[in-house]
Amino acid sequence: MLKINNLHVKLEEEEKQILKGVDLEVPAGAVHAIMGPNGSGKSTLSYVLSGRDGYEVTEGGATLDGEDLLEMEPEERAAAGVFLAFQYPVEIPGVGNMTFLRTALNAQRKARGQEELSAADFLKLIREKAKALKIDADMLKRPVNVGFSGGEKKRNEILQMAMLEPKMCILDETDSGLDVDAMKLVSEGVNALRDEGRAFLVITHYQRLLDHIKPDVVHIMADGRIVKSGGPELALEVEHNGYADILAEQV
Amino acid sequence: MAVTNPKPDPLAARLAGLAMPDGGAWVQDARKGALDRLTVQGLPGRRDEYWQFTRPDSLNAPDPDAAGVFDAGGEAPVYGEIDRLKVVFVDGIFSAEESDPLALAGIEIERLAQAAASDIHWAQGLYGVLEERGQTPVARPFAALNTAFAGDGVVIRVTGKAAKPVNLIYRHENETSDALLHHVVKLEPGADLTLLENGPAAARFNKVMEVEVGDGAAFHHVRTQGRDHERQAVTHVFARLGAEAVFKSFTLTVNGLLTRNECVVELTGDDAVAHIAGAAMGDASACAFHHDDTVFVTHDAERCESRQVFKKVLRNGAVGTFQGKILVKQGAQKTDGYQKSQALLLDEDATFLAKPELEIYADDVICSHGSTSGAIDEEAMFYLRSRGVPEVLATDLLVLAFLADTIAEIEAPDIADDITSRLDAWLQRRRG
Repeated sequence: MLKINNLHVKLEEEEKQILKGVDLEVPAGAVHAIMGPNGSGKSTLSYVLSGRDGYEVTEGGATLDGEDLLEMEPEERAAAGVFLAFQYPVEIPGVGNMTFLRTALNAQRKARGQEELSAADFLKLIREKAKALKIDADMLKRPVNVGFSGGEKKRNEILQMAMLEPKMCILDETDSGLDVDAMKLVSEGVNALRDEGRAFLVITHYQRLLDHIKPDVVHIMADGRIVKSGGPELALEVEHNGYADILAEQV
Repeated sequence: MAVTNPKPDPLAARLAGLAMPDGGAWVQDARKGALDRLTVQGLPGRRDEYWQFTRPDSLNAPDPDAAGVFDAGGEAPVYGEIDRLKVVFVDGIFSAEESDPLALAGIEIERLAQAAASDIHWAQGLYGVLEERGQTPVARPFAALNTAFAGDGVVIRVTGKAAKPVNLIYRHENETSDALLHHVVKLEPGADLTLLENGPAAARFNKVMEVEVGDGAAFHHVRTQGRDHERQAVTHVFARLGAEAVFKSFTLTVNGLLTRNECVVELTGDDAVAHIAGAAMGDASACAFHHDDTVFVTHDAERCESRQVFKKVLRNGAVGTFQGKILVKQGAQKTDGYQKSQALLLDEDATFLAKPELEIYADDVICSHGSTSGAIDEEAMFYLRSRGVPEVLATDLLVLAFLADTIAEIEAPDIADDITSRLDAWLQRRRG
């Protein structure tokens, strides 16, 4: 589904190379995890895939089901099925959570040539999805992420994912700022969305999240490259020994 | 001997086409007094500090520039869903045919011309009176001109709770109309009125509204201006509040070559509350847009609260200005004064000019003001787009969000909803 080929990315504003040749393929139905030390380029990869400004691709590329992702606007990527669960979800005062989600959902449907969802159908759908994530009616009415706790913000990200039903879900440190219960809730939300048509790329610092969201493949990223890939046991290895051993192997 | 041409007198030229309407002695006295004020003041010029952000030339000119009649394309009228008493003016002239009968429980309402014809009338205590009070410390010549020459308008005396809102509807039919309207509203102690205004009015529009809010009375004012493009308007609201009186005024302005809205509020009774809010949206790509909010709030009693919340969304060369002042007089202790003016500049060609002022002569008060201008929040923009919301739609969502806390100043939920959905529809129409 997602193919990243020799991706080189630098910051637009300065001569700083962040990604130095990332190769990665995530097939439909799979869950891949990316771990790596701070500054290895994990978040940059997620931003570049979702179309954030400020980065320049100098070499290589990325496709989703064969389509060039990097040529698309962020909203086109979303309509094509890319979803980024933000590490720091953005607060938008004045825009109601419901309005936001309904606008997003209908914009995507419109872009895909589908009919827009009626207010009643939307309401039914969001109530059902929100319930599973223990998101109450009040949270739905409030402005997007404004006054939400860290856990509420992450649950709201997963709610959006559940509503928008993307095929390529990228989770950028979704575990950061979550307590054990919240992590469990969020993981359950993610696991409920796992199916053979959908792929996940889970970016995390810690193995802990991967106890709940079991990955098929674990990649270790360092200095802008994937330096090692393996099964779930690789995450355990990192948990026990840190990154030093793995990075030392590369030298 | 060489004869030098006398310097042309712009005021004489401006007044040449105007005639003082007929009326009883009291109104004629008020009109003559206003003309005397105007003669002393003269018309505002480019060197006038109070007009430093807005050029008054087209308002000073003897004849108005023609303004095309705006075709709203059959869209539903503003406040259409709200049960209200409709009072219609066409190019500044009252239209009995289009208006509802001037009768409503809780109020007495009549045409200004009718009131002016009486020998004795309650409006005598207000007509030109609040306007004159508002002339110091800053001259407002267009208000004086209005008092002197306006022949039409409504006078409303509110004795109880008005059974429904009164809606002044201004229709524009004549491309060169030059309209003067003068309204007087008196709320007796404990009375309650919601006054709605909308419509393009005229090619050039000068409107004054004087409002006396008696002790414990509440006046709610909601106005929409637009979407006509070529309008040139100068409006004044003069309000005086008694003890525990409430005055809330909200204005939505969309489009307009030149709009200057002045609001002059005097809090003269203890524990009075005045909220003045405005949302303006301008795009100067097809026609210039200049919007000026000028506000002057005087605290002259204890424990009063005033709030000014003004926001503007500007693009493609649109200009927005704000001059807002809070004057706290000696003895006006425990005053709570608040003022906020913000502009969202959607591109680099938009301009926002602001002059917030506080002048305080009491020592136990809370007063604050903040004025900002900025672009769309890029983080929020990316977040919306990453969820599939196209950039243009995301911009509109953020525009509505930006203006939301001005609309929140409207107390009646049905009217606030009407304004929000109107704005939403206008943005949608713009997106095409």
